[in-house]
Amino acid sequence: MMLLFDIALVAGLLTLAVHVVREPDERSAIIAFLAFGLLLGLAWIRLAAPDVALTEIAIGGGGTGILLLRAEAAVRGRGKHEESVTRPGKLAIAVGCAAISAGLGLAVLSFASPAPTLAPAAAEGLSATGLGNPVTAVLLAYRALDTLLEKVVVLLALIGVWSLAPDAAWGGVPAVRSGEIPQPLAYLARILPPFGVVIGVYMFWVGADAPGGTFQAGTVLAAMWLLVMLAGLRSPPETAGLPLRLALAGGPILFLAIAFLGFAFADGFLAYPKALAKPLILAIEAALTLSVAAALAMLVAGPARRAPTR
Amino acid sequence: MSGLADIATIVLVSAGALLFLAGALGLLRFPDTLSRLHAISKADNLGLGLIVLGLLPQMASLAGGLKLLCIWLLAQLSAATASQLLARAVHRDRADR
Amino acid sequence: MTVALQPSVLFGLCGAALVGIGLFAVVSSPGLLRRIVGCNILGAGIFLVFGAVARRGAGAGFEADPVPQALVITGIVVAFSASALAVALLKRLAEPRSDA
Repeated sequence: MMLLFDIALVAGLLTLAVHVVREPDERSAIIAFLAFGLLLGLAWIRLAAPDVALTEIAIGGGGTGILLLRAEAAVRGRGKHEESVTRPGKLAIAVGCAAISAGLGLAVLSFASPAPTLAPAAAEGLSATGLGNPVTAVLLAYRALDTLLEKVVVLLALIGVWSLAPDAAWGGVPAVRSGEIPQPLAYLARILPPFGVVIGVYMFWVGADAPGGTFQAGTVLAAMWLLVMLAGLRSPPETAGLPLRLALAGGPILFLAIAFLGFAFADGFLAYPKALAKPLILAIEAALTLSVAAALAMLVAGPARRAPTR
Repeated sequence: MSGLADIATIVLVSAGALLFLAGALGLLRFPDTLSRLHAISKADNLGLGLIVLGLLPQMASLAGGLKLLCIWLLAQLSAATASQLLARAVHRDRADR
Repeated sequence: MTVALQPSVLFGLCGAALVGIGLFAVVSSPGLLRRIVGCNILGAGIFLVFGAVARRGAGAGFEADPVPQALVITGIVVAFSASALAVALLKRLAEPRSDA
């Protein structure tokens, strides 16, 4: 029974992916990509990875979706097009891509058996961190360096986006909303955020022991903020503003500070003292959630468009 | 008692799935955006409602049931807003023409 | 046959196919926006292969190896950041040049 479901899911994923590639209309392709992201979330559930499923649906589907839809609206009719590839050229590319897929497929079929796994090692250290969710433990304890660097990558991407602002608008306000705001959107932006914020905080809080965590929670908070900005209830902050920059950098700074304190109070860089592991991880997660929320919302908002007031 | 709950679940979830199927058919077959919107929003509201109602007896805890209800309410809210926005866009396009 | 079609194998193969489809879009699409979408499909395929590895690494009471899962979560966030930067560049490209 589940096999049937899996096969249908895979067929849906592949059909949608091919549709995204072949669809001539740009917007239809992006909407198909949104549906693809939702189905992908289901696939992650089937792979017993609910944390990844939440992240995929929130960021991979929702976040990337709004980003692409806004981009499509902005460049409609003015987008740069490369020269079309000739038919034989396309065929050659298709053969090459199929070969890569076949190679990867062969690798999947010939995975080592028994499968190598770090699950026992992760389980062993779990009690020392005071966490119940092994994925959160990997993200914030065993492989905390990855997570720290990832935050830096997100900030670097944001700096890259901001640096595309025209000189006159540097440090100013990004343009989030466009034109007249429909009444239902304004209504939604009034009643949804209180619930959304509660859900975001809840996802952050249960992330220690159940599926959820900083990224998922941060995305929900970012979505609520974007909704309020899209509906024009609050204008976006100036990109040079101190509160915004503090929120953005706060997570990584706290993370780094605790990491360096590890030299003095624990075994070294990024090591937590045993007794304080859980409170420290929670503090880092709280600051990171805010940073992620601010960074993701600002990435979608784009570079500054209006000059700063000062 | 649990047998009765199971039967209720099966009936309600099947009915919900059937409504979703009907909605999807309408989405594919109806000629214009507004009637497609009509088909899919009906299926969304009632179909999801029936599925949530059907799953409620299976929840182990009260909190789990409340979460299910919250999901239904949030989906209602977003579906209603999205339908309104889509219908507005259609209306505007027609006025432009 | 039932062994061959466990979710890990099935979705691993699906991921492999998605890599090909995404790569095709990246290389052959004339539209730049579509190339960004293609990149995301390519990434999704690679993540799914990771997911298959994670699922196979079930053990110690977990249904899937948490380490590849954490890598994929990191990867999804980084992919989003890269897409955001690419989209910002694309919008800038489409703007009428002010200095010309």
